Amino acid sequence: MAAFVAHELVKRYGATVALGGVSLEVGEGELVGLLGPNGAGKSTLVKIGCGLVRASEGHADVCGAPAGSKEARASLGYLAELFRFPGWLTAGEVLKLHQDLVGSTRGTAERKELLSLVGLGEVGERRVDAMSKGMQQRLGIAQALVGSPRLLMLDEPTSALDPAGRRAVRDILEEVRARGISVLLNSHLLSEVELVCDRVIILLAGEIVAEGTPQDLTAARGVEIETDSGSRRWDEAGRDDIPALVAQLVAEGAHIYGVRTSKPTLEEVYLEAVRGEMG
Amino acid sequence: MNATRVVATFTFKECARRRVFIVVPITTVAFLSLYALGNHYAFRSIGGSVAGPMGQVDARTLAGATLVGLSMFVTLFLGSALGIFLSFSAVRGDAEQGVLQPLVVRPVARTGLLLGRFLGACTLSIGYVSFLYLASVAITGATGGWWPQRLLSPLFHLAGGVTIVIALTLLGSVFLSALTNGIVMFMLYGAGLLAGLFGQLGGVLRSSALESTGKVVSWALPFEALYQSGLNSLTASATGVTRVIVQLGPLGGAQPGGPLLVLWSLAYLVLVGGLALFAFARRDL
Repeated sequence: MAAFVAHELVKRYGATVALGGVSLEVGEGELVGLLGPNGAGKSTLVKIGCGLVRASEGHADVCGAPAGSKEARASLGYLAELFRFPGWLTAGEVLKLHQDLVGSTRGTAERKELLSLVGLGEVGERRVDAMSKGMQQRLGIAQALVGSPRLLMLDEPTSALDPAGRRAVRDILEEVRARGISVLLNSHLLSEVELVCDRVIILLAGEIVAEGTPQDLTAARGVEIETDSGSRRWDEAGRDDIPALVAQLVAEGAHIYGVRTSKPTLEEVYLEAVRGEMG
Repeated sequence: MNATRVVATFTFKECARRRVFIVVPITTVAFLSLYALGNHYAFRSIGGSVAGPMGQVDARTLAGATLVGLSMFVTLFLGSALGIFLSFSAVRGDAEQGVLQPLVVRPVARTGLLLGRFLGACTLSIGYVSFLYLASVAITGATGGWWPQRLLSPLFHLAGGVTIVIALTLLGSVFLSALTNGIVMFMLYGAGLLAGLFGQLGGVLRSSALESTGKVVSWALPFEALYQSGLNSLTASATGVTRVIVQLGPLGGAQPGGPLLVLWSLAYLVLVGGLALFAFARRDL
């Protein structure tokens, strides 16, 4: 069963259309990255999944239950883009509060395990207001994992982190995936998404404009061959076309000095998709 | 029910950690000391009965009822202020800060979360109001030997008033940002106070229009009507000219509410609470 299914989701805020009929799926144990510029509808999509926002049309399911229902919320963990835990609570108390709300009976053992997972094992008694932004972000991920959710929805979990903090979050995501938890990761950081995600979905103006694995999206496109008369380029050719192209050039009497395939980065694919749609 | 309990407990814990339980008792001791001083000088300066232009006035009852009435006015204000501060940011304010969302996505009903805030704020505010009222009555009784004939009736009315203020604040918090909601609630409180004064003034000036205006507003904001009714029950033992003077009341006339006021207050509470729960359940966060 898919961890998350969105079917023709539409969300309107007055005259503004935040989502214009989005359909997507996050499989069991899959880590899916959601990319898009500001205002693309990424956060709205995640919030509909969490039951924070109601869809105008269409529907979404979390682990087979309608998004927003008690059953759906029991299956997911969520980290908001902008969140704040009460500064007067300790890290352990934040987790305890969420354990109480989820109905988790794993007590101290779960709290210790989650704090250790996010690298906060030594600061369980520290108050939130004495923690750095990076520590609070990691505590947020630990909070989202309380109650062993099957689906994790993370909205910009690394937006305020330095490179070391982002690396730490990436490691946590790898660990989460190893545990079989599905993840919908909403992020601006393309390199991060490319490194950890099984699949990438690019949203623009409330619609999906590109979708696929990072490998598919960044597959080689075009071949460039350097000959004695200069470089020649075949934009539509791929790796499999190289032997034929080389043979053709040699038959024509050309000397071959080098062959290169053009492999776009995810950033280039993203910009191409976004610019193309933006006109 | 679990969420209600968890959130209500959370409210207590927050008050404890934010040192509310230290600061409020200190300021309360300061208030009660001042009140005791006022009682001391007031009762020291009076005799038994005083002959006035309309007849004999029981000076001790007049002083005692006026002092406890003043204390009730302050008690309602402080209890309401505590309730407002505990609940004015409950929904939109907390959502804007990003505090609410992590809680709402948990498998608990939104109604449970809001009821938890309501119960937590009510328990603390009513507890505080009860202490302050009973302490004031004890000070007046010990200093001047005057005790209200109905000890608990004014307290129930005060508690009802604070409960309604908290319910209104929670309703406001669904639609308004924390700052706006806080301002609106204190303005509503002021409007209620003004209505009481209108009623009092209308009675003195024999202006039925002014009296009616005061009455309508007091019932539209029933915490004021409850306060007036509580004040009235405080002076139930007074008779004759003393009763007339005392019923003019400090900062708002004493008016009997009767069983209809209790029923109306309960219906009002259900209506306001129900509206808050309904609106919160449908609100995008």
